[in-house]
Amino acid sequence: MIIDNFQHQQSAHCESGVTLGLLRYYGIELSEPLIFGIGAGYFFGHLPFVKVSGVPGTTFRIWPGYIFKRVCRELGVKMQVTSFSNSGKGMQALDRALAAGLPVGLQTSVFYLSYFPPAYRFHFNGHNLIAYGKEGTDYLISDPVMETATRLSASDLEKARFAKGFPAPNGRMYYPVQTKSSFDLPAAIRRGIKKTCWFMLSSPPPFFGVHGIKFLGRKIKKYPVKLEPRKATLFIGNIIRMQEEIGTGGGGFRFLYAAFLQEAAQHLNSPALLEASKEMTNIGDAWRNFAFAAARVMKERTGNIASYDELGEMLLVLGEREKAFFTHLKTLV
Amino acid sequence: MKKEEVPHDKKIIHGEDNSLVKVLYVTNQEGAYETTRYEGWEAENLAMSQAWEDIDEKIARTLELVKKGELSPIAYYMEKNLMDLPTLSSYVGSWKFFVKKHLTPQGFKKLSPKKLEKYAAVFNISVEELVHFNG
Repeated sequence: MIIDNFQHQQSAHCESGVTLGLLRYYGIELSEPLIFGIGAGYFFGHLPFVKVSGVPGTTFRIWPGYIFKRVCRELGVKMQVTSFSNSGKGMQALDRALAAGLPVGLQTSVFYLSYFPPAYRFHFNGHNLIAYGKEGTDYLISDPVMETATRLSASDLEKARFAKGFPAPNGRMYYPVQTKSSFDLPAAIRRGIKKTCWFMLSSPPPFFGVHGIKFLGRKIKKYPVKLEPRKATLFIGNIIRMQEEIGTGGGGFRFLYAAFLQEAAQHLNSPALLEASKEMTNIGDAWRNFAFAAARVMKERTGNIASYDELGEMLLVLGEREKAFFTHLKTLV
Repeated sequence: MKKEEVPHDKKIIHGEDNSLVKVLYVTNQEGAYETTRYEGWEAENLAMSQAWEDIDEKIARTLELVKKGELSPIAYYMEKNLMDLPTLSSYVGSWKFFVKKHLTPQGFKKLSPKKLEKYAAVFNISVEELVHFNG
């Protein structure tokens, strides 16, 4: 079976992409930047004690599931969300939903998604994709970060949905059961912006928001003293990966947010937001410069104190800059 | 970022093209945002290949220790499957304390056939391959 009028669209980011795909099927046409902005997806966090393979965690986005939940609430979309303790039951429930003609959002691990290039396949359990049909033993998959729609064998999909580790997806599946025909888009945009300002400015220091950026800057300055060179370059490399490799639309979601502000300026008829969008683009460019400089330090592998100091300084400046930005943005909505 | 500044650096890892065509948000000549596609950027490619070098070294080191009889084959397959102790323990459904024992040759010898089967299934190999390990 195949859900005919389901259209695949590639997005920068999996969660906003899945939200876009599911809502569009029910006639709600929103761009990825609008979904990301209304869902208040922009964030920063650095958690030195939450380590993955010994490397401290850095994030440029809000926690998984938040964007999706927030957008649905803002637009009055009711979702059916189900998790399973038994994988067989989880696969049957998926088949039933597909047979009923419903495209289904699924949380999965990336490790078992055979259509990804091998080097991307880590045990990352926060991925999202849409199943929109089944042919024989293959599921038809619309994975928003892929260029085209693809397929996945039932056994791979089952493994991916019921992967273990943290966060365990437990076969989580979701689909809209009720949508509203009208909603107040400008109000939703305003509330999304306000929420992001709050996340960035008022999250508890030192790990989150603008504090988190400066906190990481101070940490990086100490890397050459505290860590052996090998480890220091791995830590730096992980920041680059979180910023650029995992579907962020470039510059750790900063360009995606600038695109959102540009659209928001139109919907709210606000030239000031258009100006803010330009500054956000500049901030994104500064993050790209940081990644470029970080890659150079990684390449040297010498643990040169001066170069780590320079990297840390870049983040201290970026932290101040984002602080000024969101303090100003707060006054615009 | 301006559209004309978008890098197009292929991701070569383990000597093979691992590029994934991704969406990037860029500004056009009028300063308006649009999306474009790109395969990778030198900076991120470098970060990824460094992460893989680290993994490959860890696998090679573990393999040596298994051959020397200091670690069990489970230790090797754990690294090979990019798992750490917490991940592996949640897959086999045992406490970390026990899994840690199974990483030693002594603990490995005491494993029941049922437990061996469980490990083999997690690593997607046969029990035979796990028990008669030859790298």
